Amino acid sequence: MKQVFQKPESLKDVQTHFCPGCSHGSVHRLAAEAMDEFGIRAETIGVASVGCSVFLYSYFDVDVIEAPHGRAPAVATGAKRARPDRIVFTYQGDGDLAAIGTAEIIHAANRGEDITVIFVNNTTYGMTGGQMAPTTMVGQKTSTSPYGRDQNKDGYPIRMAELLAQLEGVGFSARVAVNSPKNVMQAKKLMKTAFQYQVEKKGFSFIEVLAVCPTNWGMSPLAANEHLGNEMIPYFPLGVYRNTSNL
Amino acid sequence: MSHIVIDETRCKGCGLCTIACPRKLVAMSDTPNSMGYTVAVFCDAEKCTGCALCAEMCPDVAIAVFKDK
Repeated sequence: MKQVFQKPESLKDVQTHFCPGCSHGSVHRLAAEAMDEFGIRAETIGVASVGCSVFLYSYFDVDVIEAPHGRAPAVATGAKRARPDRIVFTYQGDGDLAAIGTAEIIHAANRGEDITVIFVNNTTYGMTGGQMAPTTMVGQKTSTSPYGRDQNKDGYPIRMAELLAQLEGVGFSARVAVNSPKNVMQAKKLMKTAFQYQVEKKGFSFIEVLAVCPTNWGMSPLAANEHLGNEMIPYFPLGVYRNTSNL
Repeated sequence: MSHIVIDETRCKGCGLCTIACPRKLVAMSDTPNSMGYTVAVFCDAEKCTGCALCAEMCPDVAIAVFKDK
């Protein structure tokens, strides 16, 4: 008898504060598995954002710096430049990365900083009460768009993976989802590629993970996962948008 | 024989494992854990192949999978 699945070593053995069915737990695990795979736990520095992902330091068994809202790529830039021997990753939600931290992520990517950015897109501000984010779907009801997002007034959802793939400084940009076993397996593979870019010093890597927020969407976890597949993936297509080193 | 072990203290009863299992060997119980969530239970060890899809879907890393060699 062989144990074929267990908690990765880079995750602490604690209960998380996430709601039932929240994708953050899955994304944490995939990132931790990638760290285990490359044996980089002792030399990894995480940079946490503001949002539900703020408790990174409680869940990952690595050193973590807490960044001001949206500024994780700027803090990660400093950490990586001061300690180029370390593996530095940021873990940010869509309110953090695509709204408040738009300038930081675009310029860190454009400078080609040697960091890995994990972007969790659940189309809403989770922690603060489900407000509209730049990634909120057209028509989606949130606490600040009670009649649904209106593209004439609020614009269209931003596709960050494609946007960053246009920049010369970016080595790797991809979008994955964690709503089905098949998509989780693909996410696991590309999460490892994102870390491999930094391990092999191939440049800036960005991985967007489509996630669910059952609580703020007002759905059961099962319905939320179905919604992700039916509504989000057609607008946010999965795939690799830039892979300069063909890893 | 291949089987899974569900850590009831971590399970939040989201039910994602129940639809991940291709053989429908995981079901929801009525038993609450210390957090008040009704937890998932493993039904039939005879049929489990140790594919680990339930564990891959579990957002709370509550499932350990053991496979026959």
